[in-house]
Amino acid sequence: MRYSLGSIIRNAATGHKHWPKQWREPEPKKAYDIVLVGGGGHGLATAYYLARNHGLTNIAVLEKGYLGNGNIGRNTTIVRSNYLCPENSQFYEHSLKLWEGLSRDLNYNVMLSQRGALVVFHTPAQRDAAIRRGNALRLNGVDAVLLDTAGVKKLAPAIDCSPTARFPVLGGMLQPRGGSVRHDAVAWGFARGADAHGVDIIQNCEVTGFRIEKDRVRGVETSRGSIAAKKVGIVVAGRSSLVGQMAGLRLPIESHVLQCFVTEAIKPVLDTVVSFGAAHFSIVQSDKGGLVFNGDLDGYNSYAQRGNMAVVENVAASAVSFMPCMSRLRLLRHWGGINDMTMDGSPIITKTPVKGLFFNGGWCYGGFKATPASGWTYAHLIANGEPHPLASSYLLERFETGLVINESGTGPLPGTH
Amino acid sequence: MRIPCPWCGDRPLSEFTYGGDASKARPKNPEKASPEEWVDYVYLRDNPAGKHTEYWHHSGGCRSWLMVTRDTRSHEISRAVLAKPQPGGATS
Repeated sequence: MRYSLGSIIRNAATGHKHWPKQWREPEPKKAYDIVLVGGGGHGLATAYYLARNHGLTNIAVLEKGYLGNGNIGRNTTIVRSNYLCPENSQFYEHSLKLWEGLSRDLNYNVMLSQRGALVVFHTPAQRDAAIRRGNALRLNGVDAVLLDTAGVKKLAPAIDCSPTARFPVLGGMLQPRGGSVRHDAVAWGFARGADAHGVDIIQNCEVTGFRIEKDRVRGVETSRGSIAAKKVGIVVAGRSSLVGQMAGLRLPIESHVLQCFVTEAIKPVLDTVVSFGAAHFSIVQSDKGGLVFNGDLDGYNSYAQRGNMAVVENVAASAVSFMPCMSRLRLLRHWGGINDMTMDGSPIITKTPVKGLFFNGGWCYGGFKATPASGWTYAHLIANGEPHPLASSYLLERFETGLVINESGTGPLPGTH
Repeated sequence: MRIPCPWCGDRPLSEFTYGGDASKARPKNPEKASPEEWVDYVYLRDNPAGKHTEYWHHSGGCRSWLMVTRDTRSHEISRAVLAKPQPGGATS
């Protein structure tokens, strides 16, 4: 059904007892044209855009758990496109443009709130780097505004902008179109949209192997039986190496844990997304009032969806140094998500040596904001067999040719990106 | 997480710096190694969910480089020894 003001009024009048299910629960068929391994945000977005942009609907999305239980429901909900490298800048800008039209496109409110994304700087050198980045963004058609200390204080009074702060604020670079999105709604909206086009979304169905004959993929083995497929797309976030290994892929990826935190709900105190410049720390206030924030990676390979106390202490110190008013807040929730960190810190959307098998992963911790563009370009690759122009730099071959895309300028050390 | 340093005993994580996957061996003959060997050494990782052999630097302690075997699912450490160069260039 189409959601509208009328449908809300009708269902309110009948006690909300007649809302139909948002997507079906089909049994897996014996064969599909395309099987997507992974029903996270990116997998569902890929299925949706395969149907919407390319008219392909004989598709199954196989999810080993339930929809929304992975990183799509474990992130800090921030969207922005203020990347320095042109390949990333253009890709994430396309993503932000898709976010801007997504609620209308999906007929599903993903609650995009373009409250601005601010990165604060504390030293003249950081200011120079921020100005360089801002200029690069504007040359790429992305919005960027330079703020001085007074500008930061006006935008986010909760930030300690006093000259006696541990890291005095010199200013910040604001992307006014950045903001946050209701993350669960993204999974549900794409799932509903794909399902409406006839895509089978199959939950509790774990892929346990790939059927590969003569370098061509023929299908997948799952916990619910074999499924034949002409094309298979892997899109499994933190499990990329393990699933890739089943198909014989060796990847330039390490899995690392990133911890996120939510405080108890408080009255509005922060109406923009802000990032600390002296340490890795980003914070946003949710619609329910909780402050949602994350720190740095724990820094070592991990598949444990929880982190260590040393980072908790570090994040708490950053929080209190940046926004001293947080010091007495209690944490309600705290969790870790597994990020597939690539060797250059940029994602991979690529064909593989196995014909008909495609790979999408290595999103580091930039995956959530990339969801629509990732689905858009991956769908293009799977449908046409050739990379989308916006993602043509994200191929696996870049690690052989040397054309890596390294935002942070660190070497092949995944834990440092 | 505590790491059992052979010199210092069980010490907290915050004293250590991670040094990455220790299972990768630098090509034995760098002058003659093929590009594929270099790509493998520099970029490709097994990234196991399970036992992982890795380097740790006891940077806030005795400053030894350690080779630690840790389960990446539980952080359980089954082995921690000093990382020492071996004849032939490999590290044990």
